[in-house]
Amino acid sequence: MQIDLSVIDITKKFDEFTAVERVSFEVNQGDFFSILGPSGCGKTTLLRMIAGFTEPTAGTIYIRGNDMAGIAPNKRPVNLIFQQLALFPMMTVEENIAFGLQRRRENKADIRKKVRAILDRVELPGFGEKQIDQISGGQKQRVAIARCLVLNPTVLLLDEPLGALDLKLREQMKVELKKLQAQVGTTFIYITHDQSEALVMSDHVAVMNQGTFEQLDTPQNLYNKPQTPFVARFVGQNNAWSGTVHQGQERYHEIRTDEGLIFRTRAEEQLEPGQRVDLFLRPEAMLIQPDPGLTELNRFDVVVNSILFDGANSQLLVSPLNSRRELIVALPQNRQYDYIDEGDKIELGWDKDSGICFRER
Amino acid sequence: MIRSLPNSRTYTLGFKLYIILYFSFLFAPLLVTCILAFNDSQFPALPWKGFTLDWFLANVPGRVGIFHDRINLDSIWVSARVAFFVTILSTTVGTCGAFLFEQESFRFKQSLYFLMIAPLVIPGVILGISILVFSNSLGIFFEESWGLDVRLFGPGFWLVVLGQFSFISTLVTLVVSARLKKFDRTLEEAAMNLGANRFEVIWHITLKFLRPAIISGAAVAFLMSFENFNTTLFLVGPEATLPINLYLQVRDGSTPVINAISFLLILCTSSVALTNLYFSKKQV
Amino acid sequence: MKAFSGKLHIQWTLVCFLTPVVLWLSLLIVLPHIDLLLMSFRTEDDSGRLMWSLSNYMLFFREPIYWLTFVRTAVYSILVTFLTFVIALPVAFYITKVAAPRFQGFLTLLLLLPFWVSELVRVYGWMILLRESGVINHFLLKTGILDRPVEMLYNDVTMIMGLVYTSMLFMVVPLIGVLESLDDSLIEAAYDLGANMWSILIKIIIPHAVPGIVSGSIVVFMLTLGNYLTPNLMGGKNSLWFTEQIYNQFIASFNWNQGSAFGFLLLVLSSLVIWVGLKLTNQKLSKVVK
Repeated sequence: MQIDLSVIDITKKFDEFTAVERVSFEVNQGDFFSILGPSGCGKTTLLRMIAGFTEPTAGTIYIRGNDMAGIAPNKRPVNLIFQQLALFPMMTVEENIAFGLQRRRENKADIRKKVRAILDRVELPGFGEKQIDQISGGQKQRVAIARCLVLNPTVLLLDEPLGALDLKLREQMKVELKKLQAQVGTTFIYITHDQSEALVMSDHVAVMNQGTFEQLDTPQNLYNKPQTPFVARFVGQNNAWSGTVHQGQERYHEIRTDEGLIFRTRAEEQLEPGQRVDLFLRPEAMLIQPDPGLTELNRFDVVVNSILFDGANSQLLVSPLNSRRELIVALPQNRQYDYIDEGDKIELGWDKDSGICFRER
Repeated sequence: MIRSLPNSRTYTLGFKLYIILYFSFLFAPLLVTCILAFNDSQFPALPWKGFTLDWFLANVPGRVGIFHDRINLDSIWVSARVAFFVTILSTTVGTCGAFLFEQESFRFKQSLYFLMIAPLVIPGVILGISILVFSNSLGIFFEESWGLDVRLFGPGFWLVVLGQFSFISTLVTLVVSARLKKFDRTLEEAAMNLGANRFEVIWHITLKFLRPAIISGAAVAFLMSFENFNTTLFLVGPEATLPINLYLQVRDGSTPVINAISFLLILCTSSVALTNLYFSKKQV
Repeated sequence: MKAFSGKLHIQWTLVCFLTPVVLWLSLLIVLPHIDLLLMSFRTEDDSGRLMWSLSNYMLFFREPIYWLTFVRTAVYSILVTFLTFVIALPVAFYITKVAAPRFQGFLTLLLLLPFWVSELVRVYGWMILLRESGVINHFLLKTGILDRPVEMLYNDVTMIMGLVYTSMLFMVVPLIGVLESLDDSLIEAAYDLGANMWSILIKIIIPHAVPGIVSGSIVVFMLTLGNYLTPNLMGGKNSLWFTEQIYNQFIASFNWNQGSAFGFLLLVLSSLVIWVGLKLTNQKLSKVVK
């Protein structure tokens, strides 16, 4: 498979501050690749270096094997969809889309044909004459995408383009964007701080923190097998619990939490007895009042502090007995747990493969 | 106190009265000037002796209307030509200035910016004499060094243009800068990303965005130039501009033909100002 | 070579924008003022040769007519600035906060209109109104309030009124600007907390309006100080505005060196007052001149 983008040891320093530090990765042709990280983690800087707006302090960027060093942004085979879309308000939809083709001095008939074809592709036929301020947020989104795709870029960069949309539209655009990418087959590099966008759309996701990649993996692996505490915390909801290694053997360890509860759980790294650790446990990993027949489960008693009803995302806030630690537990809405009230004492259980612990950092 | 709060009757009435008085104060001189342009009298004064268009159209001895008044017509033509060149020059340089101070970074930018706004706080009279003195020095220098007698350095048409240009450019720079400040620079990056070079970006994106501001800057420049008196006073040569010419007539006393000119001026400038305002409102 | 192509483009535009601006400011602002300063330090000796001297400035201080005019111009300009502010503030307040919103645009427009017309036309209008054979005298005689016409032109009060009238716009517009940005709810809150009109004005409105007041005052002061037309046509006949002294030196006496010294003194005065004004109110020139 062809490699569209390859980034090697790229670093960007602004005076004393290092925004991106020795990041390397490769993106295959046709991949939907996301870079996920909190704001200020350096993802935008990384994207701008690929687009050519920012010059790297060190390292190299290859696009289809060509070194991009010193190539101006208007000469690179990449296009960028801006956070605020940056559609030209003084032009119509058609003029916006034709802008790049005109810069390539293509002839007028070709331009018209291409613009029309791409408008059909993004399902905006007949919108060419409209002014930018006459179309809706979702339509603007599609015009911005069309404006880049019409140029047939090797790589399309997207800088949190869904951020400005309201929640409903964002959900809808996520699905549309993924479909569109599959249709056109262009390599997408998508940056976002929203883990759901990254997980839903991407083939691969890199989780970025403080200028470096924490983990580059498929969405499933990121969620199920986080390799660092940061990933465990950042991707999806998680309960963090500190404790000490009581007894270790191979991949499973016995952990004594600070409350004195003893759990068996999995670890991805070598741990010695006495080592301080953080245990991560997803809300949906905890079963409420588990069947007594399931003997392998870690079990413990909690008091229900409050019930957060939110339809399918309903949750319980609970605390282990005699502890002020608060845990979030998923509350399935299948009427089975309707009897639970605030202040009740209930039993929770979880499988040793559902939790993961890391050395405390 | 304000419209959303309960106000006493005296407060509201008193305030209204004040505003009415203020607007009468504003418009009284203009209104009287306009009305007396149509008075059938040799002097711009009451009593009212009947309606006439003589001060626009007549061409008999002792009563020359503006449309036959060679001297005044000539000075209008001079003013229009001056204003034309000042507008072209100051709009160009002012737009450059706006780009320079909003988009470029260079050493001594702050000091240069300070210099750029200085003409606004230098009295026009001082601008006039300093340019007069300097051009005179240059003239002497050229003559002594190379024996050249450069007409440009003496008071006259081009010196008036330069004198007005020297401070009107600042106004245009500020007008255009105000809009350029609102410009989203990611649009430029987007255009670059789509393959445009720096000049194509400026031409297709930034200048298009700035067009309303440039037009209104040009309108302001034209009006300011057309009406300038203080700076022009010192630089004017044999070709008097309209304000200079009017000044001489007002000072020495004259017929209501000045009222007729004033009436036309009020008509023209308000229509230019109104159109300008209309377009700038529409473009926001 | 390749690596710098992007940067070179940016430099190119910088040169394109910088050149005309630098030419403009150096040739028409900086050099002329330096020349003016040099000129003011030179004087002709008995044989008609130019030489360096302080005599132009000495003369200014020696002759009371000069420095008295200077002081008078400065004091009157400050007075005019203050009067303009006092008259303009209620107007700006009415338009932004009291008038019905649908009238606001219209009133603002009405306010601006007279100022698009040449200053000369406006002064001329006042002359027609006020002079001995003027419109006001005509009506006063008709109604029997006066039995003999009174010359209302050519005195200081009229001149000051004329100057206030001429500068009004430059005070009202910035005031409208700052008052528009004052949130009505601040006034409502103060009212709700029991403040009376006076304390709202002093504690809420004026502090908020400071930038507008300063920028309006600077422009009004500068325009008044440098005004030639209004004092000349409406004031007394004996050249008691400093710009008239400058004009006399340049055009009537043809003593450019003396005139340059006067010009420079006026420039120093206007810069000084503006600087003190900015310092007192803690503002920056670049902020005030928006």
